[in-house]
Amino acid sequence: MGRYTATVTVRLKHGVLDPEAETTRQALERLGFDVEALRSADRFEVDLEAASAEAAKAEAESMAERLLANPTIHDYDVEVSEAA
Amino acid sequence: MSVSVIRFGGSNCDRDTVAALSHLGIDGELVWHEDGLPAESSGVVFPGGFSYGDYLRAGAMAARSPIMETVRERAADGLPVLGICNGAQICCEAGLAPGAFTTNARARFQCEHVFLRVENAETPWTDDYERGDVIELPIAHGEGRFEIADNELAALESEGRILLRYCDAEGNVTEAANPNGSKDNVAGILGERPTVAVMMPHPERATLPDLRLTDGQGILRSFA
Repeated sequence: MGRYTATVTVRLKHGVLDPEAETTRQALERLGFDVEALRSADRFEVDLEAASAEAAKAEAESMAERLLANPTIHDYDVEVSEAA
Repeated sequence: MSVSVIRFGGSNCDRDTVAALSHLGIDGELVWHEDGLPAESSGVVFPGGFSYGDYLRAGAMAARSPIMETVRERAADGLPVLGICNGAQICCEAGLAPGAFTTNARARFQCEHVFLRVENAETPWTDDYERGDVIELPIAHGEGRFEIADNELAALESEGRILLRYCDAEGNVTEAANPNGSKDNVAGILGERPTVAVMMPHPERATLPDLRLTDGQGILRSFA
């Protein structure tokens, strides 16, 4: 078994309105920044033990499918690295 | 035989729901989710509130609690299940109904009265109304924008599973009358079975005559 960190990034699907990101974008504009578009995402860093990096990835994908993401509105991706 | 009103940490419309049911002569009982669904339960309400502080997404945590497995099984056997507001979010997260209720288009919590058009009056939840009736109910939510894939929305429409749409006082379904940016103004739908319904507006807050509005009585009366 190895120790891994799986980074799960959960984003809104393309075309799904993101009111919080839009509000943030407007606030940045008020601060004088020129922002064409802004997207937000949630990032989860999961430390876990697994037989291999592939197994760690599969486990984290299962977490995303079952809880971290809502398939109606979200896409997600998973990256795995060996834990420091 | 009583209707089980399921409480999670953070539910806050639970007692209102029991009081509203009681006014209609329906026995309602508060059930703490960890105690499980009583075998003699005649129906289930998931009340409004902020279960688990809306962590992750509104309803996401409660939807994964063990009682939901029992509710899913009993719902498949025909037990009536109504999700109101946070309860609707929980039911969608749990897969009892399609789609998702997410952040309002204006990114604000909205607490106001809305008008709703009854889109299908031939369901257990709406048969006290006529199709096209306009009813007035309160809303109080920050994550009430209904989202669903276009093809799934079309399926809901063709199967008559859209119960209520946000409209103006005359029953016109317009963008201006849509408080939260819900797709196609949808405010409430049926789940996989007609005995399961979810809705963001609060019928239990429009049932007791002392609260002036009583348009929600017809929905709760379906438990009688």
